[in-house]
Order: sequence, then structure tokens, then C-alpha cells
Amino acid sequence: MSAPKPISQRAWWLVLPVLVSVAFSAVIPLMTVVNYSVQDILGPSQSVFVGWEWYKEVLRDAELHGALYRQIGFSAAVLAIQVPLGVALGLSMPTQGWRASLVLVLLALPLLIPWNVVGTIWQIFARDDIGLLGYVLTQLGVDYNYAQDPTDAWVTVLIMDVWHWTPLVALLAYAGLQSIAPAYYQAARIDGASRWSIFRHIELPKIRGVLLIAVLLRFMDSFMIYTEPFVLTGGGPGTATTFLSQYLTQKAVGQFDLGPAAAFSLVYFLIILLLCFVLYNFIKDVGTRDAVGDVAGSRA
Amino acid sequence: MSQRGGISHDASRYAEISRRVLLGAYLLFTLAPIYWMLHMSLRSNEAITGSFAWVPESVSFANYLTIFTDAAWYSGYLNSLTYVLLNTLLSVSLALPAAYAFSRFSFIGDKHLFFWLLTNRMTPPAVFLLPFFQLYTALGLMDTHLAVALAHLVFNVPLAVWILEGFMSGVPREIDETAYLDGYSFPRFFVRIFLPLIKAGVGVTAFFCFMFSWVELLLARTLTSVDAKPIAATMTRTVSAAGMDWGTLAAAGVLTLVPGAIVIYFVRHYIAKGFALGRV
Repeated sequence: MSAPKPISQRAWWLVLPVLVSVAFSAVIPLMTVVNYSVQDILGPSQSVFVGWEWYKEVLRDAELHGALYRQIGFSAAVLAIQVPLGVALGLSMPTQGWRASLVLVLLALPLLIPWNVVGTIWQIFARDDIGLLGYVLTQLGVDYNYAQDPTDAWVTVLIMDVWHWTPLVALLAYAGLQSIAPAYYQAARIDGASRWSIFRHIELPKIRGVLLIAVLLRFMDSFMIYTEPFVLTGGGPGTATTFLSQYLTQKAVGQFDLGPAAAFSLVYFLIILLLCFVLYNFIKDVGTRDAVGDVAGSRA
Repeated sequence: MSQRGGISHDASRYAEISRRVLLGAYLLFTLAPIYWMLHMSLRSNEAITGSFAWVPESVSFANYLTIFTDAAWYSGYLNSLTYVLLNTLLSVSLALPAAYAFSRFSFIGDKHLFFWLLTNRMTPPAVFLLPFFQLYTALGLMDTHLAVALAHLVFNVPLAVWILEGFMSGVPREIDETAYLDGYSFPRFFVRIFLPLIKAGVGVTAFFCFMFSWVELLLARTLTSVDAKPIAATMTRTVSAAGMDWGTLAAAGVLTLVPGAIVIYFVRHYIAKGFALGRV
């Protein structure tokens, strides 16, 4: 990048409002959870310190392991489909005129629907008697019933998530592609570069930053998915679509096991944190040696 | 030479066609469930559950009329809009100075602080349900718009700082220095010169804050009961003795698209510009 930023500890004052607000809305609740996780809560004013007990219980919980594996599989599938598809869409979107605006607005529509409504729409959209998707599939001779078949349910939740969130990746990729200076494309044309090598050596390094945002956002949000499968399948059939958040909520609200639920919450949070950290550092360095120049350089 | 030009011309035509096919197919996929929602919103419940139809047999706006005349429905929209706007305003105004600090200065712990902010977005909302409930009950904020607006700061403030920082880093630092030499104080420089330069970024940030707050249900539902009940929560209670009220539900769903579509229409030119800059 350009010249190093000046060092100023007074910048802390500018960050202070954010610190205070986030401390209020995140740190205090998180401390409450930590507090619960080491106690056995017997009543509103009765509790016993139990130390690591709940953590041990949570880490040995076979149902939790099941939910964790399902969750990892789901998030991996989400990333494997949505990131390439989103980038392909970003490359395909018109860049100018009314068509660009229209495509942008239409594409973003699924992002604007409240999450429970997303579940409700798909609940009926996928029904084989009165829903468009289920009806068409059944007419085509596909044996499809998301309410009874575990595989169908899992695939339906995945397709729903692709429908719901690929637009976010597409918008980010599109934003990244728009910021590439035309000079790069001209240089590539003079060199007679193929479409693939333009993508590989110019576009991909340039949109690495936005792709990192996209991958992290999609990873964390898919890892925390709750409302949509809850409405669509209720976690079933069986436990086919019971992901971590749903299992956690069942424990905390359904069985009212505050201690174990709090311990589980913290373990859950740490897993996300760890995986985000790994992804962040992995993507941050991927392809850096191919970068033709940095964004700041091209803009100056 | 001319032959080679011909080949690349064919290749680019082929690429252009495959792009259009991909985009067209994807837009169909995006619009199909939305079409189905629109389709249901124009039919009666008997027709919806009775038989399959590609297009509505008869168009009726009765479901929409229910929403616009029943206070239980339309107040849900007003409640949601109130806390979403409040949250957007708070998120953006809190994030602006912080993003400026991250984009312009080095200070002790800045990188750690930035990552820590992002970690707050990684906390599953389910984790916060009970603590939030207790905290806001203790403060007497339960069932107010402010409670939801504050709770949604957890995921919106980090995102706002992240996006704004990207836009701000795209503005050359010389502009700040020149303004200070011209005798501008920091607040006056920030409002008069800097904000107009990043207004696209503010627009895009506001859109994302609006969107994430508008679609969130778990926290919003937990922190409200009557006075600030969001539209999405109203929609979860449409089961009556006669079964699901699919028609009204679909009409309400169609209406939830409207505010966001308006917001994105206004920022459509800027949405493309921002993210590409920035840290990470």
C-alpha cells in the first residue's frame, strides 16, 4: 500500500462509541452466558457453582456431535455452491443502463425477505400438491417429498439457502469487478490474454478482498442458520436438518437447561471464531503473489 | 491475422451468450418462489389449498385489504420500520468515527480491535436470547423499539465499520491534510468535506444495516410482545382454527419486499463501487 498511516493514540476516542455500544450489546450478554455456563441454576435465586461440569457434558454429547457434523457438511456445501455461482453471476451481470439496475434489484429481492417468511415461502413452494417446485418435480416423475424424506429435506434446505444468499455473493463480486480499472483489461487485450487468464490473473486477485468478505459472511451466517430450516422442516424429518443453532435453542428454551446451553453456546462461538480465523488467514494470503498491483496503486 | 481475430470474435460471442443464459436461468430461479408468493397472495385460502394452478383463476386483493385495514397487521410494519430505521441511524453514526480511525490512523491494538469487532458478528443470536431478555427487562426496555434497535447493533455495527472503512480508504489522505491546513476543525472537515465524499459508502452501509435488521426475527421476537412487535413475528401467528391463513401470509410477505426494494433502488449506482477497496 501507500505511505504508512500516522500513529495516533487519540484515534481511540473515535473508536470509543463503537466500543461502548458493542460492549453493551455483546460483552455484557456474553459475560452472562459465561456466568451461567459454570453454574447449576436451580431456581431464580438458587444456583451452585459447578466449574467445568457442563463443558464436559456438552463435549461428550453424541447428539451435539451429530448436529456439528451436519452443520459442517451444510456450511461446506453452501460455500462450495454459492461462492463460484455468485462470482459467475457477478461476471455475467450487465454493467450499465437500466438493465443493470433492474438485474441488481431483482437479484437482491431474496435478501430482503424476513427469514421466517423465506421458510414459509419454500414450505409451500416445495409442496408436491400445491407448490410450484414440488408439483413440477412430481410431474417430471421425481419422487420428491421434503417432509418425509431426509435427503429431500436436506437438499431443499440447501437449495433454499442458495436461493436466499447467492445474491449477496453476486453483489459483492460485482462490486469488486466494477472497481477494476479499464487499463488492466486493455493491457490484457494487447497481450492477447485468454478469458480464463484474465479472470485468473486480473479479476480474481482484484476481487480477493470482497470475496473474503463474502466467504466469511456466508460461512458465519450459514453456520448460525436457524429460522429458515426451523420454519421449513422443523429440523426433521428425524434430525436430518437439525443444525447447531436449532439444537441449542431446543436445549435452552425447550428443556430449559441453562447451564449446559450456556456452555454449549460458548463452545459453539469458539468453533465459529476458530474456523473464521483459519478462513481469514487462508484467503488473505491466497493468490497475493499474482496480484498485478494493489487497489490503492491503481487508483492513485 | 484476420482469421485469429475471427476466432476471438466467435469466442467472445460464445462467452456473451453463455453469460446471458446463466443470468437468465438464475433470475428465473430467483423469481419463481417470489412469483409463487405473489400468486398465492392474490388467491383465497380455499383456492390455494384446493388445487394447483399455474396462474391465479381470479385475481382478488382481499388479502392485501386485510393487511391495510387490520391494525394487528399494519402496526407490525410500522413497528419493524421504526426499529430498523433507528438501528440503521445508530449503526451508521456510531460506525462513522470508528471507521475513520481505522482507515486513517495506526494505534495500539487496532488490528486486534478490528478482528474483535468482527467476532461479534459471529455470535449466534440464539446465544444472546436469554441474556438480552434479562438485560432489557432489568433496564425496563422490554417491548420497546429501542430494545430491538440496540440488540441489532451486535451484528450491524461491525458490518458498518467494515464497509465504511473500505470506502474511506478509497479517499486519498491528502484531502484530510489539505483541509486541516486550510484551517478546518475536525468536526467541520468531517461533515462538510469528508461525508460528501463517501456518501455512496454511507448509502451502501445503510442498505446493509437496513436489510440485516429488517430480516432478523429471533431477537426481535424475543424482545417484544405487543407494542413493538415486528411484522415478521405477526406473520408467525397466522394459524387459525381454519388452518394456515396462506393468502394473507403471502400478501404480507410480498409487502415485506417493498421497503428494501425502495432502499436498494436508491443505492443501486453505489452498491457496485464500495466494497472493492478496503482492508482485508
